[in-house]
Amino acid sequence: MSKNVLVLAEAKDGELRNVSFEVVAAGKKIAGEGSVKALLVGESVASFSEQLIQQGADEVLVAEHSDLKTYTTDAYKQVLLQVIESESPDALLIPHTSSGKDLAPRLAAKLSSGLVSDVVDIEEVGEEVIFTRPIYSGKAFEKKSVSSGLVFATVRPNNIPALEVDSSRSGETKDVSVDLKDLRTVIKDIVKKTSGKVDLAEAKVIVAGGRGVKSADGFKPLEELADILGGAVGASRGACDAEYCDYSLQIGQTGKVVTPELYIAVGISGAIQHLAGMSNSKVIVAINKDEEAPIFDVADYGLVGDLFDILPILTEEFKKVKAGA
Amino acid sequence: MNIFVVMKRTFDTEEKVEIKDGRVDEEGAEFVINPYDEYAIEEAIVLKEANDGEVTVVTVGDEEAEKELRTALAMGADKAVLLDTEDLDDEVDHYTISEMLAAYFKNQEFDIILGGNVAVDDGAGQVAPRLAELLDINQLTTITKLDIDGTKATVERDVEGDVEVVETELPLLVTCQQGLNEPRYPSLPGIMKAKKKPLETLDLDDLDLDEDELEAKTKTVDRFLPPEKQAGKKLDGEPAEQVEELIKLLRTEAKVI
Ligand SMILES: Cc1cc2nc3c(=O)[nH]c(=O)nc-3n(C[C@H](O)[C@H](O)[C@H](O)COP(=O)(O)OP(=O)(O)OC[C@H]3O[C@@H](n4cnc5c(N)ncnc54)[C@H](O)[C@@H]3O)c2cc1C
Repeated sequence: MSKNVLVLAEAKDGELRNVSFEVVAAGKKIAGEGSVKALLVGESVASFSEQLIQQGADEVLVAEHSDLKTYTTDAYKQVLLQVIESESPDALLIPHTSSGKDLAPRLAAKLSSGLVSDVVDIEEVGEEVIFTRPIYSGKAFEKKSVSSGLVFATVRPNNIPALEVDSSRSGETKDVSVDLKDLRTVIKDIVKKTSGKVDLAEAKVIVAGGRGVKSADGFKPLEELADILGGAVGASRGACDAEYCDYSLQIGQTGKVVTPELYIAVGISGAIQHLAGMSNSKVIVAINKDEEAPIFDVADYGLVGDLFDILPILTEEFKKVKAGA
Repeated sequence: MNIFVVMKRTFDTEEKVEIKDGRVDEEGAEFVINPYDEYAIEEAIVLKEANDGEVTVVTVGDEEAEKELRTALAMGADKAVLLDTEDLDDEVDHYTISEMLAAYFKNQEFDIILGGNVAVDDGAGQVAPRLAELLDINQLTTITKLDIDGTKATVERDVEGDVEVVETELPLLVTCQQGLNEPRYPSLPGIMKAKKKPLETLDLDDLDLDEDELEAKTKTVDRFLPPEKQAGKKLDGEPAEQVEELIKLLRTEAKVI
């Protein structure tokens, strides 16, 4: 049992995303006696190398180019193909993020390879790597393997725990030169709406609002609570349809599927499409004035009452907790 | 303008999922057009109306999928194509489906192919990018705005909440994200007209494909339901009492704060 695993790390807003360490940890699970090499791609990313090594990478490959500053399909595909060609990995793991979802299937098609997407768990049974992934947005799960050739998967953030930081670890960092051509997408502008906010997919705590929140202004107290808890704000489709917030916050079968440690549902009824996106969260708290609301069927702790009464008190109490009272 | 939509028939999102003999039990379930593909169909019709052209909807599946193709025709698509999987093994995967689509598109002239960002059943989102690669065309995924001027496309993409504005040239494949548009419902005259619109079925022979070339590259070893979530505790009392109790439980029982 020994595999050479290549994993793609991902940086955002000048920091490595946590999922980078998670793919390294996932790689370790299947590498056995083999090694885990992490690939950093960007304009100026070499400085992240040490962190990856301290959290489990045996070697780091760095591909830097001014055309790699922002992800585009063509540029990243060319980098990955060149690195796959030179490293011939037995397994390739890519974060199941916006760019990973765009990139991985294209690579798989180019390599005529199988690909298991959106993996939440990995186990090794004999020589075979078995991946667990949600289907029907988490209403069910399946276990899959790649039949032959490259073991290839995308890994969902927030599911496979990263390894502890070990500052005594060392490893080589190697520059790879890349040759980019025929880039077909030109990036004109990026409108940042999420700066300084915790990414929903990676959030440990989510405070989600529904139609019960009543207005866009009604989301402000939710943001305050999320800030105090170091978490992110999410929403039901009801709230998005009513234009209280952006669709990018929507959680559910046609939105994001999330698995935070703590999910606080505020004024959300708990429609089956919403539950699909959040019911695998570790601990669920629901605040709803309707005792019969289906959200209570999945909530660990239910607070029946008016959210406008409960939320301010809850926020104050959490503030005290965080202040160490 | 030659506009194509790749679409999938999926479980209605209202459906509970049951597993029977290692498979998802489809008995009695309602099926719909994958909700993300509805955005693709709507956008295709809007493009056709603005640019003069023809919309063809394509799906890979069995004859049951004719119902969803007819719905797309009733919304306003002009032609439908079913790539029939009847001759195939049970286990097909994204490799199989995208190879079948690519075989079909290799004989078509297309300016743009639209698809959903992901299918709500399988949730992998592999087929559209795979298809773009097999056809060697550019792709833009999770789009929320599309403008086409001649052969130039200006697109807004949802990138985890940020908006990326990009430009590229046709031919192009895009996958559609919520927020792009409001899909129309089929009108009664639309439904009547749809019955007479062409729906073509192509099998592996028609596509010049061999069963062996299409063998899935992955295999499913198990399917299962997550442990059923138990309803927890409802906390009693005035808001302040409920909150106090909650904080205590989150600390001592759930240990998340
Ligand atoms: C194809 C399809 C896909 C869908 N995908 C999704 C999806 O991905 N995600 C999703 O969320 N939905 C989705 N839906 C929509 C879903 O069916 C529900 O309509 C939606 O989740 C309802 O949102 P809500 O809970 O905010 O609103 P409502 O169902 O209206 O619930 C509001 C809740 O707030 C409570 N409330 C009101 N006022 C107060 C107050 N003052 N204090 C406390 N509680 C209060 C009410 O008791 C009620 O339970 C989808 C639907 C379809 C058809």
